Amino acid sequence: MVPLAHILALSVILFGLGAAGFVFRRNIITIFMCIELMLNAVNLAFIGFSRYLGNLDGQIFAFFVIVVAAAEAAVGLAIIIAVYRNRGSLSIDDFDSMKL
Amino acid sequence: MAPLFYIFAVLAILAALSVVLQRTPVYSALSLIVVLCSLAVVYLLLGAEFLAVIQVIIYAGAIMVLFVLVIMLLNARQETPSDRSRLARWLGAPLLLVFLGELLFAVWERFPAATTRAAALPDAGPRAVGALLFRSYVLPFEVTSILILVAVLGAVVLAKKRL
Repeated sequence: MVPLAHILALSVILFGLGAAGFVFRRNIITIFMCIELMLNAVNLAFIGFSRYLGNLDGQIFAFFVIVVAAAEAAVGLAIIIAVYRNRGSLSIDDFDSMKL
Repeated sequence: MAPLFYIFAVLAILAALSVVLQRTPVYSALSLIVVLCSLAVVYLLLGAEFLAVIQVIIYAGAIMVLFVLVIMLLNARQETPSDRSRLARWLGAPLLLVFLGELLFAVWERFPAATTRAAALPDAGPRAVGALLFRSYVLPFEVTSILILVAVLGAVVLAKKRL
C-alpha cells in the first residue's frame, strides 16, 4: 500500500512544477496549461485523502474541481482568442496596457 | 499495486517537467495529456474508478482538445525569452524551491509514512458516487449547472467577432 505521504509528495511536486511554469513561461497558452497542472495536483491530494479517510466526499470535490476546470478552460481560451484578435500576439509581455 | 503507482508517479513528474520546459505550446499540450492519463491510472490505483474515467474522458478528451484547437487556430509558435522572463527565473526559482521544500516538509511532518494507514476501501463506483452527488451534494451540483451555463454564454460572447 502506498503511504499517504508519497501521494501528497507527488501532488506537491506537480503543483510546484505548475507554479514554476506559471512564473517562467511567457506564452499565455502554456501558462494556462500550467494552471490545469496545478488543478490536477489538487485533485490528486483530494483523492488521496478520500482514500485514506475512507469516505467519498473528497472524490465529489475532485469532481467539482474538474467541472470548474472545464468551464474555466472554455472561458479562458475564449479570452485568449479575444486578446489575440486585439493584440496579435500570445506573449504576456505584450499584454501590459493596464500597467501604470 | 505499489510499484505501478511509483512508475506512473515518475512518468507524471517527467511529463510535467516537459510541460514546463518545452518552448513550443503543442509539445506542452501533448506532455500535459501524458500527465493527465498517468494521473488517471493513479486514481484507479487509489480506488477512484469513476474519477479515473472522468479524468480521461473530460480532461484528456474534451479540455485538451479545446487547448490543441486553440493552439492550432492561433498558430502558436516557439516563445521568445524576454528580459522580464530572465528576472522571473533568477528571482522565482529560489522562492519556488523554498515554497516546495516547505510544503514537502509539512507533508512529511504531518503524515509520516509509517503511521498513516488506509481506511477500508470505499466503494467508489458510479453508483456510490452518484448516490452521494444527488443526495448530499444536490445544491452544489445544481449551482454547477448554472456555472456551466454562464461559462458557455461567456465563451460565446468573448470569442465572437461582433455581437
